[in-house]
Amino acid sequence: MNKLVIENLSLQYADGTESLSNINMDIAKNAITVLFGPAGGGKSTLLRCINRLNDLTDVETMSGRIMMDGEDILNPATDTIALRRKVGMVFARPVVLPMSIRKNLTYGLELAGEKRKSKLEEAVERSLKLAAIWDEVKDRLEEPAIALSGGQQQRICLARSLAQQPEVILLDEPTSGLDPISTGKVEAALQELKKDYTIILVPHSVQQAARTADYAAFFLQGELVEYGNGDELFTNPQEQRTEDYVTGRFG
Amino acid sequence: MNRHLSQRLGFSLLTLIAIITVVPIISVIVYIFLQGSPAISREFLLAVPRSGMREGGIFPAIIGTFYLTIGTAIFSVPLGIAAAIYLSEYAPDNAWTRIIRLAIINLAGIPSVVYGLFGLGLFVLFLKFGTSILAASLTLSIMTLPVIISTSEEALRAVPQSFRTVSVSLGATRWQTIRRIVLPQGLPGILTGVILGLERAAGETAPILFTGAAFFLPRLPGSIFDATMALPYHLFVISTQVPEMPIQIQYGTALVLLIFVLGMNLIATVIRSRARARRQW
Amino acid sequence: MDKDLNWREFIITRAIKASGYSAIVFVALIFIFLLREGLPTLGEVDLSTLFSVRWYPIEDYFGILPLITGSLIVTLGAALVAIPFGIGTAVYISEIAPRAVREVLKPLVELLGGLPSVVLGFLGILVLSPWLRTTFDLPTGLTAFTGSLLLAAIAVPTIVSVAEDALDTVPRSYREAAWAIGATHWQTIWRVTLPAARSGVMTGIMLGIGRAIGETMAVMMVTGNAPVMAIRPGSLFEPARTMTATIAAEMGEVASGSVHYHTLFFIGIVLFLISLAVNVAASSVIFRSKKRSERILS
Repeated sequence: MNKLVIENLSLQYADGTESLSNINMDIAKNAITVLFGPAGGGKSTLLRCINRLNDLTDVETMSGRIMMDGEDILNPATDTIALRRKVGMVFARPVVLPMSIRKNLTYGLELAGEKRKSKLEEAVERSLKLAAIWDEVKDRLEEPAIALSGGQQQRICLARSLAQQPEVILLDEPTSGLDPISTGKVEAALQELKKDYTIILVPHSVQQAARTADYAAFFLQGELVEYGNGDELFTNPQEQRTEDYVTGRFG
Repeated sequence: MNRHLSQRLGFSLLTLIAIITVVPIISVIVYIFLQGSPAISREFLLAVPRSGMREGGIFPAIIGTFYLTIGTAIFSVPLGIAAAIYLSEYAPDNAWTRIIRLAIINLAGIPSVVYGLFGLGLFVLFLKFGTSILAASLTLSIMTLPVIISTSEEALRAVPQSFRTVSVSLGATRWQTIRRIVLPQGLPGILTGVILGLERAAGETAPILFTGAAFFLPRLPGSIFDATMALPYHLFVISTQVPEMPIQIQYGTALVLLIFVLGMNLIATVIRSRARARRQW
Repeated sequence: MDKDLNWREFIITRAIKASGYSAIVFVALIFIFLLREGLPTLGEVDLSTLFSVRWYPIEDYFGILPLITGSLIVTLGAALVAIPFGIGTAVYISEIAPRAVREVLKPLVELLGGLPSVVLGFLGILVLSPWLRTTFDLPTGLTAFTGSLLLAAIAVPTIVSVAEDALDTVPRSYREAAWAIGATHWQTIWRVTLPAARSGVMTGIMLGIGRAIGETMAVMMVTGNAPVMAIRPGSLFEPARTMTATIAAEMGEVASGSVHYHTLFFIGIVLFLISLAVNVAASSVIFRSKKRSERILS
């Protein structure tokens, strides 16, 4: 089952950095799809198209479609607010909002108008458990989230995007600043999460890509070079450029 | 070696210059405190002036300055903060925005007496508010606006961009992001700027000369359409326009004005340093 | 998203945008009302009278040249004092002062900027001018120079804070590069840091002088208010009368709509245009230097 179908997507930023040229890919439901490749290849740009976060930046030209459950989310008429509730995102640097742990988690729900205490409570506990951080913070929910360690903060961010019960989760190098133990916790959480969610991950290393990918897509300078089953792509790449990158000849 | 000698001389010169700049500031304040404090009494603060202002107190002037400051705040604070939000959160990088910035810079540079003329022309005569608290407050508001806009904008811009991105990615609208994240985080900086702007308004004389200041009014203003006494104008009057004015009353008035202004400055400084200590980013 | 939220967002966004544009409206309003009340003077007073050397409105002499020269000489005197002290203090605070001293100096200088000018004028009358009279053996202590000193005190905080900001933003790497090739701290300041911050320092000077030209109360209280042509070097130590002081002193006593009234507004137009020119020039320095740095970076 495909959750997302990307058709002929091309994009250029006004300042000439990163771009995408004619991307076509289907993204499967209940799996981890990894977008990897050297910096500037267009991976983050693609992520930011899926929740329309690129609306905030200076995009020069954009064409193509991204179909989600049969509807084109790039259509100007798309309700971006509703879209972003369905597509959660975790960024490279953990950014907890300047408020308590609890408020961080309920932020999205409260914006959506959820006022019922029981619903909020339930969402906090459920999402913290999913992100594998419940035990560490359950007794200090009223403390400022900034007081947590980097690894904990990043899992709070993951939990925060889960609190709204999204359908798709975008992760942009979520473990780039974390120690190996925290990284392991996040990766383990993702393996659990994929049972219920569609996960698109930009990993911070080829190793992480190989460890986590159900499907993998190799991006180079805005081009989708190779896309396929994770195990096959890393053990037996079809393209020379993919092989060079995976084996460490460049990048 | 030669160049080390010149460095030593140069540093001494600069230190001297800094001392010459700073010592007069401290002496001015200390001197006014010393000369003015004997005049301060219950009567001086709470009574109306008598005998051609040579006796009695300065109560109407204190209250007048208070009214004018509040009046200025009512108009300039909401408008200034909204304009700052526009510039920091909405304004595209285009010619119009540059014109707005140029206009703000110009508002900041227009001489205070020209604001007085403008207030006289627009509020007092054209809109027929008369010489009144209303006309003077509006005039002071427009003068204060650029200070509030630029300090508030700076405070809003200091809020990390990543907070906005995260908030939007969680499904917040632009205004929700501003209301829930950007404004609360920028608030201490905004408050500091607002107080510093109002401090300037409270000490100004030229803009209210022909728009709302009363030479002598031994009672409190009854409405916003009344003229009012004000501390800075009163100090001007008793130090230049009234012959044989007791020197003590003059220094006492200067001291009260100084306390008013320094008090606001102190509040602003405290807010700023507290916020810095508590900031989560 | 529900309709209600959409509407609120729409209205709030509109209100914010309107507030953003309000600054343009106010500048335009100010200019329009100055023109409205000030331009009639051109029909009522001969140009040859208007630009003559005699200001004596009671007998219909409306020559504004003495007032313009008065403003110029007082401002010139202020600039001579304020520029070295302003820049010197800025360099001291940003480059030399130990951290603790800097933490005290900066708010102190800001405090000076916040002192009401009427308080400075008051002390000018009671303390500064008697001191100047006895020290320099002048016939009166109420002179252009007395005004200059007070204006310098008003201009210095602006110069210091803008120049200090500019010095502060000079990248550390510039200084380190200079030290690495063996320059002393002092040489680094003069040959590297100050030149790199040049445009910011210039902006500070212009804005400071702009404030000085427009200052009213302090000048009115201490310059003696004699509308004479101030064009000799000695004029600095004689009484003078500035444009701002003339408006402030006389507007209260004229009938609205009279020739005198219109002429005072006309002086207001002159002041407005001067401040406009100064500020456009100062901000174009900022814009230009920004463009240059952008070019280098790209």
